[in-house]
Amino acid sequence: MEVRSWVLPLLLSLAACSKSGGGDAPAPGGAVTLLNVSYDPTRELYEDFNAAFAKHWAAKSGQKVTIKQSHGGSGKQARAVIDGLEADVVTLALAYDVDMLHDKGQLIPANWQTRLPDNSSPYTSTIVFVVRKGNPKGIKDWEDLVKEGVTVITPNPKTSGGARWNYLAAWGHALRKPGGSEATAQAFVENLFRNVPVLDSGARGSTTTFAERGLGDVLIAWENEAFLLTQEVGKDKFEIVVPSVSILAEPPVTVVDKNADKRGTRAVAEAYLQYLYSDEGQELAAKHHYRPRSQAVAAKHASKFPGVSLFTIADVFGGWKKAQAAHFDEGGVFDRIYVPKAR
Amino acid sequence: MAVSSKRRVLPGFRLSLGFAWFYLGLIVLIPLSGLFLRTFTLTWAQFWETVTAPRALAAYQLTFGASFAAAAVNVVFGLLVAWVLVRYRFPGRDLVEALVDLPFALPTAVAGLTLTTLFSANGWYGQYLEALGLKVAYTSVGVAVALTFIGLPFVVRTVQPVLEDIDADVEEAAATLGATPWQTFTRVLFPSILPALLSGFTLAFARALGEYGSVVFISGNMPLRTEIVPLLIITKLEQYDYAGATAIAVVMLVASFVLLLAVNLLHRWTHRRLEARPGH
Repeated sequence: MEVRSWVLPLLLSLAACSKSGGGDAPAPGGAVTLLNVSYDPTRELYEDFNAAFAKHWAAKSGQKVTIKQSHGGSGKQARAVIDGLEADVVTLALAYDVDMLHDKGQLIPANWQTRLPDNSSPYTSTIVFVVRKGNPKGIKDWEDLVKEGVTVITPNPKTSGGARWNYLAAWGHALRKPGGSEATAQAFVENLFRNVPVLDSGARGSTTTFAERGLGDVLIAWENEAFLLTQEVGKDKFEIVVPSVSILAEPPVTVVDKNADKRGTRAVAEAYLQYLYSDEGQELAAKHHYRPRSQAVAAKHASKFPGVSLFTIADVFGGWKKAQAAHFDEGGVFDRIYVPKAR
Repeated sequence: MAVSSKRRVLPGFRLSLGFAWFYLGLIVLIPLSGLFLRTFTLTWAQFWETVTAPRALAAYQLTFGASFAAAAVNVVFGLLVAWVLVRYRFPGRDLVEALVDLPFALPTAVAGLTLTTLFSANGWYGQYLEALGLKVAYTSVGVAVALTFIGLPFVVRTVQPVLEDIDADVEEAAATLGATPWQTFTRVLFPSILPALLSGFTLAFARALGEYGSVVFISGNMPLRTEIVPLLIITKLEQYDYAGATAIAVVMLVASFVLLLAVNLLHRWTHRRLEARPGH
């Protein structure tokens, strides 16, 4: 009797727990919802694009689609999906995070990146510099960032996926210039990070440090973030400097097969991503400062996106997994900048 | 104490104990054992290497050091605030009461951004402090400042009710018996509030150990210098190194538990001494 009096409630509560939960079935009738799990700076782009796609899909199939958006750091978003956030599609900052949906979560096939054109990146960006009005330190190209007395603001590549592109752009520049080698590239990024006084945990944090705190002479940023800063935040306070060479930043998208199949949303999810490649999708990307893939749309916006010699991560680093292992994992090149004796 | 266990307000001691264990198990023990289990995927050598890496050691030092400093500052000034709130009636007292709780309610990221704005080189405080050669933002001092901010309510709110219980008569009695104000404070008041102060210290300290949101903005996150332990954990998660992240977490967990246990024992000891004093 006495024992039962406290075992019973325990069992009852356990039973109650196991009964709740469970996935939601596809919505009945002609309505469907999609969850797009994305990274931070795409919020405005997808607000516009979702409205455009809903209209397109209603006209095409007669089905009403509602798209929910989730934004956060790219790595954090990928981990949320691995841990069970039921994203129908992900639109993240780097392929490494999407690879992990396969490696750690078995949610998508290994060849996910070949399923859509252009490495599954419907829009691209590149890494540029933002300087203060009038460019007082005369920053023109990568080499100016390692000069004495220049302070550079860039987020921590260990915590920010976006910042890994910044780092790799710097490395690629040093490696590809005449006489460049692994050793000179390493020396270059070491010198560069000696000029970095603060490593914010994310890209928006760095933007705030540079723009609001007045710290640093140069902010290394994604081009779309640089546009936001110069056009919307501080119209007359900052200028964009495009270096002679930079990296092609390819933020990839994919359907999350396991979730889409479970929720019965595969058709609409695939159409959603394909619509990013349409003229309307490409125009919206350009409007929100991403470089469109479509030649025709890109030509219309040629004055907005200046020509720059771009290398890809596949060219220089052999893909994200190799770049991650060599540079950003424990004991990699980035760690050795700060902990000289790292094993 | 003895009375409360004889006369029960809630029915069924065993029933409520069962629920208490179940609740603690569900909310605390099961998640934490999950944490331990995850580290078992590492070999002992890997675990040791992860938790004793130079960056990890530097981060423990900063996190525990800054948390301790912040909690200590809050003990002194939190007591002062609590004293003013209890003993004086002044215009705007309700406002001060509400202000004390603000660090509880404010999203920590907002706190971090605000503090960084104030203390950076072009901020309201920072411009004068830097002129004096004292850098706060992006240094370990900045970390301690953020932790002081978030820990303040814990000390005030634990000390305040105890102070309210002490009648002003006690002080008057001490004075009539010839005690100096200093003696009244150290011999009469302080021993009564010491257990509450210790509780407040513990809560503020424990809260500071786990704080992430406000600190990452003001710390600058420089490896070996201003990286806090929670940032290191996030760094490892960002590399999908779940085992490494949990290894660091386990070290924090064990260290925090031992520290909290020690403070609780100290708390019990001071409480007993207080109870044992003549007149109580």
